[in-house]
Amino acid sequence: MSDARGPLALARDAVARGERTAESITREALAAINRQEPSLGAFTAVATEQALAHAVAVDNARARGEALGPLAGVPIAVKDNISTRGVPTTAGSKVLAGYVPPYDATVITKLAAAGAVVIGKTNCDEFAMGSSTENSAYGVTANPWALDRAPGGSSGGSAATVAARAVPVSLGSDTGGSIRQPAAFCGIVGVKPTYGRVSRFGLLAFASSLDQIGPFAVTVDDAAAVLSVIAGHDGHDATSAAEAVPDWSGVTTEGGAQGLRIGVPRAFIEGVDPDVAKAFDAALATWTSLGATVVDIALPNAALAIPVYYLIATAEASSNLARYDGARYGYRTTLTPKDSLREMYERTRDEGFGAEVKRRIMLGTYVLSAGYYDAYYLKAQQVRAKVRDDYAAAFATVDVVATPTTPTPAFKLGEKTADPLQMYLADIFTVSANLAGVPAMSLPCGLSSDGLPIGCQLTARMWDEATLLRAGAALQQATDWHLRTPGAVGG
Amino acid sequence: MSVTPLDAGEVRRIAALAHLALTDDEVGLFGRQLAEILEYVRQIQSVDTIGVTPMSHAVTGDAHERPDVPHTPLPRADALKNAPEAAPESGLFKVPRVMA
Repeated sequence: MSDARGPLALARDAVARGERTAESITREALAAINRQEPSLGAFTAVATEQALAHAVAVDNARARGEALGPLAGVPIAVKDNISTRGVPTTAGSKVLAGYVPPYDATVITKLAAAGAVVIGKTNCDEFAMGSSTENSAYGVTANPWALDRAPGGSSGGSAATVAARAVPVSLGSDTGGSIRQPAAFCGIVGVKPTYGRVSRFGLLAFASSLDQIGPFAVTVDDAAAVLSVIAGHDGHDATSAAEAVPDWSGVTTEGGAQGLRIGVPRAFIEGVDPDVAKAFDAALATWTSLGATVVDIALPNAALAIPVYYLIATAEASSNLARYDGARYGYRTTLTPKDSLREMYERTRDEGFGAEVKRRIMLGTYVLSAGYYDAYYLKAQQVRAKVRDDYAAAFATVDVVATPTTPTPAFKLGEKTADPLQMYLADIFTVSANLAGVPAMSLPCGLSSDGLPIGCQLTARMWDEATLLRAGAALQQATDWHLRTPGAVGG
Repeated sequence: MSVTPLDAGEVRRIAALAHLALTDDEVGLFGRQLAEILEYVRQIQSVDTIGVTPMSHAVTGDAHERPDVPHTPLPRADALKNAPEAAPESGLFKVPRVMA
C-alpha cells in the first residue's frame, strides 16, 4: 500500500541532498522531546549540547565536501543502560545516580562514526528488569497511544519516543523481549539481533548469555539501516561473533514474501486476546497473498521458556549486579565512622536497588546456592537446550516462525505491579528467542478495538536477520499499520 | 496462590550471600514472593532431561584469539572520577577500614 520512506530515511536523504541541515533536524527533535516529556516521560537525560555539537559537525563535514556516513544527521535516542561518554547513564537505577561513563559503548562509537546524532538517554526498567518501564527510579513512561497504559518494557522510553515521532530511531536492549514487547505495545518495529551479532561492550549487563542491543524504528527499512551500522565483531566483547555482516539496506526491496515458509506454533499461541488473534491471522493472510506458505509447527518446550528464563536470567543478574557496591561509582550509603566495608556494601545495595532488582538478585542467589544449583540452575540450562533444539527442528522445514509478540495489547499502568509473576507472563512469546539465541523482530500488524497497537513477531535462524527484514518489509509494503500514529502527545 | 513462604532465616541467609541489608518488611515480602516464583518454576523439574547437555550460552563457534597488542588503558583519573570517595593524588578509591 505504501513505499513511503521512514523518518530515518527522510532525515538522512534530506541531509545528504543538502535540503536540510543536521542541526535543524536535531533542533526539531529536541523541540518535540521537550513538548512531549511532561506527558510521556520517555527520557532520563536529553543531551542538548552534545547533540547540537554533533549535528553541526555533520553539517561542517558536508560543507567541506567530506563523504557522509550512512546515518549522517539522523537523531537517535539510546536506552539508559548503554554507556555514553559524558552523558549520565543510570540504567533506571538509583544505585547509578550521577554516574557519567568515561567511555562509549561500541554501538555508540559506531553510530557516531556513521554520523548519527545521539540525542538523549531513554527511561527503562531498572537494569532492564521489567516489562512495563514502571521499575525505574526516574519515573514512569507513558504509552503515547494511551497515556494511562504502559509502553511495555524494559526499553519503554526508546519505544515511546519513536512511536510519538519525536526521534526517527532508537536503541534498546532485549534480554527476554525488552525490545520486541515495547515495540508491539507502541506500534513500531523492534529487532533483537542474533546473539553475538551486536557488541555488548558498554551495555550494563543484566544476563550476559541473553542480552542483545537492537534498534527501534517506524519502518523495517529504517531498522535495517541502524542494524547495518551497529552489527559486527568487536574485540572488546568476547561473545561478539566473527560472522560477516551483510549489507541489509537492499534486503528490504528483495523478493518480498514469495516462497517464504512461515511456521506457526498454533497450540502454543492458543488463548491470546481475540483482537490480537485477529490481527495476527490477518498478517498471515497478507503474507500468504504475497506468495508465502503458512505451516503449523510445534515448539513443545516453548511453554517452559518463562520458568527457564527467570532461573537463568536471575542467576546471571545476581552475579553481574555484584559490582554495584558503593566503592567505585554511583550511590553510596551514608557512612558513620564505625561502619565496616560489609555494612557499606549491604546498605548501599539495599538502598540503591529497587524492589524488582532485589527480588531477582535474591532469586538468582538462591538458585545458585549450595543445595539448589542442580535442581534449578542446571536443570534450567538443560531445558534451555531443549528450547533451542525445538527451533532447530522447526527451521529444518520453515524459514521463519511467526507468533503474536504479546498475548494482549498494552496493559494499564499499575495493573501488574503488585504481582511479579503476572508481569513475567507478559513475556511468554518473546523469551524463547533469547534462550535459543536466534534473531527476532516485532512489527505492527493491527489495532485493537480500543485503538491500541498489536505486534506480530517473526523469528529466524541464527544469523538470518535478512529473512526477517525481507518478510517484514513485504508486510509493510502491503499494509499501512506502521504508518498509523498515536494522537499528538503534549500538544 | 497460597504457597508457604520461605522462612525469615532462609531469606536472611540468601540476602547475606547477596550483600543486601534487607528490612524486616522486605524479608516478609520476598519470603512470600520468592516462594510463589519458586513454586511456579518448579514445573521444569518434570521435564525429561536425561542425557541433555546443559546450555550455558548461545555462542556456538570457537572463541577466537586476538593479537596480543598493548592498548592505552582508561586513564586512572577517569576511572576515579565517578567514585563516591577517592584519593586522586594516590590514585585510590576510599572505602571504610578493612583491617582493624
